Amino acid sequence: MTDLAQRADFRIKLFNRICFGVLIAFALVWIVPLAWALDTALKPNAETTRTTWAIADPTVDAFGRMLRDTDILTWFGSSLFIATLSAAGTVLVASLAAFALSRMRFRYRNVVFWVVLAGIMIPGQVLIVPWFRQFDALGLLNTWWAVSLPQIPTAIAVFIFKQFFDGLPKELEEVARTDGASYLRIYGRIIMPLARPAVAAVAIFTFVQSWNDLLWPLLVLSNPDIMTIPVGLATVQGAFGIRYADTMASAILGAIPLVAVFLLFQRHIVEGIAGSGLKG
Amino acid sequence: MTTETAVRPRDAAEPGTPPPEKRGWTGLPALGFLAPFLILYLAFIIGPTIYGLVMSFFDTSLVKPGLSTFAGFGNYAEALQSGDFWSSLWHTLWFTILTTPPLIILAFVFALLADRAKHGRWFFRLAFFAPYILPSAVVALIWIFIYTPGLGLIEAGLLKIGITSPNWLGDPNWAMPSLAMTTIWWTLGFNFVLYLAGLQEIPRDLYEASSMDGATPWQQIRRITIPMLGRTTTLVAVLQVIASLKVFDQMYIMTSGGPNFATRSILQYVYDEGFTNFRVGYAAAVSMLFFLVVLAVSAVWFAIVRRQEREV
Repeated sequence: MTDLAQRADFRIKLFNRICFGVLIAFALVWIVPLAWALDTALKPNAETTRTTWAIADPTVDAFGRMLRDTDILTWFGSSLFIATLSAAGTVLVASLAAFALSRMRFRYRNVVFWVVLAGIMIPGQVLIVPWFRQFDALGLLNTWWAVSLPQIPTAIAVFIFKQFFDGLPKELEEVARTDGASYLRIYGRIIMPLARPAVAAVAIFTFVQSWNDLLWPLLVLSNPDIMTIPVGLATVQGAFGIRYADTMASAILGAIPLVAVFLLFQRHIVEGIAGSGLKG
Repeated sequence: MTTETAVRPRDAAEPGTPPPEKRGWTGLPALGFLAPFLILYLAFIIGPTIYGLVMSFFDTSLVKPGLSTFAGFGNYAEALQSGDFWSSLWHTLWFTILTTPPLIILAFVFALLADRAKHGRWFFRLAFFAPYILPSAVVALIWIFIYTPGLGLIEAGLLKIGITSPNWLGDPNWAMPSLAMTTIWWTLGFNFVLYLAGLQEIPRDLYEASSMDGATPWQQIRRITIPMLGRTTTLVAVLQVIASLKVFDQMYIMTSGGPNFATRSILQYVYDEGFTNFRVGYAAAVSMLFFLVVLAVSAVWFAIVRRQEREV
């Protein structure tokens, strides 16, 4: 019997080893393109055509040139402002609406909820044509408003907040309410502080989505002074020609802020998804 | 607390119950909380959807104000008869077919393996999820370089083992699989994290009980893990299909829809017609047809979820 158990134990260990090996192999495959991009960015332009990994003599010249010769710092500012405005706006208006839908009773509550839910199915991309005419008529093309306003009313964010609020016990605000606290106070002092995981998830996803969005900003931002990073990079892409180190340096610079956000919040991202009801 | 429990079932049972205004639950504060969202929602989602629908029945031009002449179903008829419309729709579907199965299966396998790993979970999360947060422009720049004939990473690697590689982005037959490969690398992380979250929900004692009964790891995966992740898989699948149908960025930057329009997506067709040919009425009609496809996918998902919920 012990012999049998030992053999089973051995097989499980072997199985786990193989699994781990396969996983490492794939993780390396996933890392290689990033490592190669970084490696290329650290070479002089003339050396990038050699397919060697040697970075014995790394240089940050390419990064210096990008910062000096392109508007990338301006694009940074633009992206940062737009993504922050979109994320903060979404968190605020979606959580307020979700608070009403989850904690307040009023007539047509279900109707409002279904109207909001229906919005999840409308892909923003099919709205680019009407949006363009709308912002053209408002005279807001080439402004930050044109990029961030349409991103704020995100139906899925209301849904995530409502799911989270529904999970909080009713007793929480009962006491506050008998003490005569206003709804705004209950929202601001009791519910929102407890909803940090939902706030983090919605804020991170809206920020990332806004930061990376290309199609709509490409249409409305033609002025290099207010372009976002993706639009800027897409526009200058052809201009570098065979200066691969410069191209890769610009790509890395464009990615740095989000990688930093990710490294800071990576635990919250997984928790946020786990707690948001998004997992199904 | 007692009023709360007393009122709730009554509300559910009788729709005609007088609204609870007398207890101080008036509709006015609720409206105040809803207003900021609803105003923006009507202005930028519902309004434009209706406007787009109206526009699709007119010969609206980008360069002239107003809706211009009424076209009836003319734009729709033209789209349905246009070879460009069907080919861009097919490219979008082909891209979806190429990306969806690998993005579900690989994400599942990687999450399963990473969940079993005792050490270095942060490393796997980083490796698989990090590409997801890169802007499409960054991903495109890196992969254009990787696919470059003569010096790209893949060609160099394949040459070492004696294989000559095709012209990845330049060959009309290879361009789409190349874009699919890039996309799998780029977006797998999101599905990976959804699966990781799903795996954490499975009660550990299920595994313990089954291993007492002598189940092998492989049997556990087949009998416990896969069935328990059914709902996650449905969600991942539908989110993935919708995301893949919405593809635009990769093609726009990496191939501009080429070579020879072999990778022009439906959204790029909308973009080309509306903003290069200025035919926004026609572009709106194409958008609406695309919206119908997305709606159909959502409806199928909804039906499957309803069925799963009934089974549980």
